Amino acid sequence: MLVEEIMKTEVITLTPTATIQEALDLLNQHKIRHIPIIGNDNHVIGIVSDRDVRDASPSIFESATDKHNLQHEIQSIMSQPVITIHPLDFVEEIAKIFYDKEIACLPVVREGNRLVGIVTEKDMLYTMIQLTGTHVQSSHIEIKVPHRPGILPEVTAILGKRKTNIVSVLVYPSKDDPNYKILVFRIQTMNPLPVIEDLREAGYELLAPNHIAGPNR
Amino acid sequence: MTCTAKFVFSDNLLQYHFHEDHPFNQKRVLLATELLKATGTLPEDRIISPRMATEEELKLFHDHAYVEAVKQASQRMLPEPRATEYGLGTEDTPIFPGMHEASSYLVGGSLTAVDEVLLGRATHALNLGGGLHHGFKRKASGFCIYNDGAIAIRYIREVYNLRVLYVDTDAHHGDGVQWAFYDDPNVCTFSIHETGRYLFPGTGNVNERGIKEGHGYSFNLPIDAFTEDESFLNAYTTALTQITAFFKPDIIITQNGADAHCYDPLTHLCSTMAIYERIPLLAHQLAHEYCNGRWVALGGGGYDMWRVVPRAWAQVWNVMHNMKPAKGELPTSWLDKWQKESPVTLPTHWEDDPSIVPVIPRKEEISEKNKLALQQLLKYTAKPSDQLKLY
Repeated sequence: MLVEEIMKTEVITLTPTATIQEALDLLNQHKIRHIPIIGNDNHVIGIVSDRDVRDASPSIFESATDKHNLQHEIQSIMSQPVITIHPLDFVEEIAKIFYDKEIACLPVVREGNRLVGIVTEKDMLYTMIQLTGTHVQSSHIEIKVPHRPGILPEVTAILGKRKTNIVSVLVYPSKDDPNYKILVFRIQTMNPLPVIEDLREAGYELLAPNHIAGPNR
Repeated sequence: MTCTAKFVFSDNLLQYHFHEDHPFNQKRVLLATELLKATGTLPEDRIISPRMATEEELKLFHDHAYVEAVKQASQRMLPEPRATEYGLGTEDTPIFPGMHEASSYLVGGSLTAVDEVLLGRATHALNLGGGLHHGFKRKASGFCIYNDGAIAIRYIREVYNLRVLYVDTDAHHGDGVQWAFYDDPNVCTFSIHETGRYLFPGTGNVNERGIKEGHGYSFNLPIDAFTEDESFLNAYTTALTQITAFFKPDIIITQNGADAHCYDPLTHLCSTMAIYERIPLLAHQLAHEYCNGRWVALGGGGYDMWRVVPRAWAQVWNVMHNMKPAKGELPTSWLDKWQKESPVTLPTHWEDDPSIVPVIPRKEEISEKNKLALQQLLKYTAKPSDQLKLY
């Protein structure tokens, strides 16, 4: 999956000479947490987060009279250089950037550092939900299989034979045994019993749902 | 407390039939009806026939295109790729001849029940053929074609303009009805179900609370696999009592799926008949307390069709009609007639022996998790000043 498929293209921005007050208003008005700061030709020169702006704001416990700090230019508190990504980067790769750099927003730029979009950690989580398929109707099955070529089509053929549509497939390493993998299927049926029986019959080890009495219990 | 109840039934409710091996079998309605007749708690004059819902009524909830697709499928005229688009012709909802008409009778049965109550001809009404809560606006799913509960609620809103509390005790999340009224503050939905971790449809988390104006009017209580009677009833009674006090409905619609029983092959809850006595008793009590008695009950899931569903559903009627569940031995005439057909030994009593529940090693942990889920839910019904009392 590519960044351009999940990025937002309508980005709220400010110029470096805007005031901190304007940034605060934008954050509140749009319920956002980051504002890229752009120069000429839309190119990204900095970024501010809601935390940067709050650090510069008076505490809610102080009297509201002294607000001149909010009249400083935004460029006085913005972070730079900015870590940016490209529309053709993989979503999987940028997840690693979020994790390693401990940040929550990545502006998307093209040639000349020109801003074309934005991806936040919330967009990443939304993508995760889509990838795992937990947002649509399904039953969940987990099986432990030997880690060898051709195993996945063998298992999915069993689902196909029962005309059961697959919502998502995840492959995890097996924690206790490197020679095995855990396959997690979300399948579009309310009655997974026929599939479960078929999987058992074919000799696969069913990890979940483990409440259905199997031959070894 | 004086009340009269009506029972919706005719052979038309039995036509909703996918195929012999399908777990959803409407013979359950017949088994429950005959059990009641044999018990002597269902006088003929309480039985009313379901009408067939009109297409306009179906479209109170479903899309025109979807109704057209079901009508075509009903005549075996729907090409496969289009069927798939509408969730038809799958293992869960296979196509069968006459499916449109059969489904329209289930919906009509629920509308008949609603009219009986709201035109003042009865205080309560029961349509065991209804409760198909997984039906979506333009998609069949989870054994459901038309969503009679959602249609009946729209009908109540349009014709009678009353505020509706929908209570779903099926072991599966009542997703179709929840999403239908997710943005509607005049319809409050409450579903208690096995957590969606492994079980279809997977939704029904406690944080699904509604959107826009409807925010705060959707309640979910997901309970753990292997939950037993005591923990189920504790959580359910507290939640429903508080939700009803919070919402103060004009009418209560209950979906009485009977698949939370330890015998049920599709779910992993571990209850006994004890909950199927308490569930209708509580609905009855709250309907009288808040709604002048107005209560419409529907059927739903339930996949141990011989040992569990007939008794569970008959008790809904016993409470409606007699104000108390039946006790003691089941009528021998019913047992003699159906034991011949049943592949399993039929139970002899209305109550279950507690020994049918397997020993659950994680019982404490499960009860604790259910209690936590309940506290999460109650946060939204308690006044801020009462929040501390929850802990």
